[in-house]
Amino acid sequence: MFSDYSTAELVSIFAMQGFAGLILFSVFVLMALGLAIIFGQMGVINMAHGEFMILGAYVTYLISNLFSEYMPALFGIYFFIAMIAAFFTAGALGAFVEWAMIRHLYKRPLDTLLATWGLSLIMQQLYRTVFGAREVGVSLPDWLMGSIPMTDTIDIPINGLFVMGLTIVISVSVYLLMFKSRWGGQVRAVVQNRPMAGAVGINTEKSDRMTFALGCAIAGVAGSAFTMIGSTGPTAGQLYIVDTFLVVVFGGAQSLLGTIASAFTISQAQSTMEFFLSGSMAKVLTLLVVVGILMLRPQGLFALKIRH
Amino acid sequence: MKKVPLSKALGRYSRRALLCATAALSASVMLATAAYAAPKTAAVNTTGLAVTDDEVTVGILHSVTGTMAISETGSVQAEKLAIEQINAMGGVLGRKIKYIQEDGASDWPTFAEKSKKLLVNDNVAAVFGCWTSASRKAVLPVFEQYNGMLYYPTFYEGLEQSPNVIYTGQEATQQILAGIDWVVKEKGAKSFFLLGSDYIWPRTSNKIARKHIEKKGLKVVGEEYYPLGHTQFNSVINKIKLKKPDVIYGIVVGGSNVAFYKQLKAAGIDLTKEKPLLLTISVTEDEIRGIGGENIEGAYAAMKYFQSLDNPNNKAFVKAFKAKYGEDIVIGDVTQAAYLGPWLWKAAVEKAGSFDIDKVREASPGIELTTAPEGYVRIHENHHLWSKTRVGHAKKDGQYDVVYETKELMEPDPFPKGYQ
Repeated sequence: MFSDYSTAELVSIFAMQGFAGLILFSVFVLMALGLAIIFGQMGVINMAHGEFMILGAYVTYLISNLFSEYMPALFGIYFFIAMIAAFFTAGALGAFVEWAMIRHLYKRPLDTLLATWGLSLIMQQLYRTVFGAREVGVSLPDWLMGSIPMTDTIDIPINGLFVMGLTIVISVSVYLLMFKSRWGGQVRAVVQNRPMAGAVGINTEKSDRMTFALGCAIAGVAGSAFTMIGSTGPTAGQLYIVDTFLVVVFGGAQSLLGTIASAFTISQAQSTMEFFLSGSMAKVLTLLVVVGILMLRPQGLFALKIRH
Repeated sequence: MKKVPLSKALGRYSRRALLCATAALSASVMLATAAYAAPKTAAVNTTGLAVTDDEVTVGILHSVTGTMAISETGSVQAEKLAIEQINAMGGVLGRKIKYIQEDGASDWPTFAEKSKKLLVNDNVAAVFGCWTSASRKAVLPVFEQYNGMLYYPTFYEGLEQSPNVIYTGQEATQQILAGIDWVVKEKGAKSFFLLGSDYIWPRTSNKIARKHIEKKGLKVVGEEYYPLGHTQFNSVINKIKLKKPDVIYGIVVGGSNVAFYKQLKAAGIDLTKEKPLLLTISVTEDEIRGIGGENIEGAYAAMKYFQSLDNPNNKAFVKAFKAKYGEDIVIGDVTQAAYLGPWLWKAAVEKAGSFDIDKVREASPGIELTTAPEGYVRIHENHHLWSKTRVGHAKKDGQYDVVYETKELMEPDPFPKGYQ
């Protein structure tokens, strides 16, 4: 498998694949971070996570149309506004869903799987009614499109860099929010021991609602970012959900660090294997390895030590 | 039997009636025309199909929900438009077409179940429908058991021929061979990188493509498949850069296309430079809407139909389609093939002088449509269409410029020797 290539080629292959893996890593982190917050911190299995992402994508689509129609001069910066709008739209919908549906199901975590699955179908149908069954194209500002050539064979895609930057910003913000802010402390207290947290005066209901909303909001931003690399259609969210759960479960559901580590492992493994094997084969092997490791270590790569 | 469309007959007689201005004459003429244009039901329907003195029922069977709804919407629209136009001309054998639409819901067992419902409960005279090969394979035994007639619109991998199906799209060789021949002859291509989604159609198509390329003494430098819905193509794009093929032969389907072309562009491969050149048989104008014209500009596609085809039939078709479904709509290859279905069926019924499935089947080979938007088509003995293959050059506005078309109609060859 290596013998087809010269040493110089192999060096550049690993450089290119490493970078492709980094982009994939960023995508995985963006996909999984919101889910990890909801699933890991609250135990809610949110099957509608993909649809929240697509909500962000559709918001981006609407805003890009708005800008190209009414403010073509400002088209270059619409993306930032779209991401902020996606964040708040998905977050607001998330808060509403938590209030209307999820909060009644905290005692029955498996039922959240069914309820959110239903929600995902409803959202898909809504998208189909509003935007049509076909995929919509989101045009990008020019500065986000090209690539930076490094050598003959290595070009660094600018939108890949952008996604990486965004991932860093969001990960750091979530970290600060969860581990440095007062609110994060409350959330973590609720996760570890809900009755006790309530007893010391933490408003657990409010904390739940904000946590769920935050998870959905991050999904919205992720969806907005993915319009640069993926497709936006009513059912596109479904494409992401399996990978997203894979990353979160492999990382150890309750650990955000675990999510990041798991995203890195899976993306690099897959990216490298994709080059030397076929694409489908790489996916199968990745799944096999993940399943194998989960059999040896059911709690995932990283797990919080909680006394139950 | 002489066939005069009802509306024409009515028009002629009602004008005369107006001139004479006698109600009695007009009434008697109306009666006479009705009896003339519509032969007795017992004579044209001996097998208990859903045909009455003034109506004939057909089925439309596509996915309007689920993942395939994205693609199949256009087919449903085209079939409804054709039926509407046929009705406006007076229908088939003097009977208006009524349709029953069923939803296959992107689920193959559902397709089989619904096709049985249409044939057994509704006794429809024909069914227009299916898109994926999987859905077609699922309904095939039902159509053969209950002797129905299916008009199937999608270009597909071939290796099939059924007395109960008329294939209005291209089978594999009709698209692949002409496209590759063109790119070799006109662009001097010598090496190819084959890339596709991982299921039967791309794999079979690529097998035929590889055989054809190697037969010419040229090289395939890579062949890769990715699962349906895959959205990360960075690795294979890197491989393409390293192997430097003259042609990327890309037959990725559905939403994956969007990711593929966006990432191709982001990785610095400019298709307008044609180095490498990209040839596809899976991206129609429909998909470009999602991909974005700026991302696919410069790519080539081998199909039988493009919305930009410059002929009077197509202009009328595009105009009617837009009038019914809105100015923004785009029309892809399969949409046009779906539009042919009701027209081919009408022609066969009228040639047979009967709605009976066996007679329609017998009448089908040799049926020709001079009014097809793609120009001219004819049904082959093997139930596929003779049609031309064209190569389109993708433009920024999401349309294709037709840069080449085969001189002759291409003969359909669903079981190509040496290519299986």
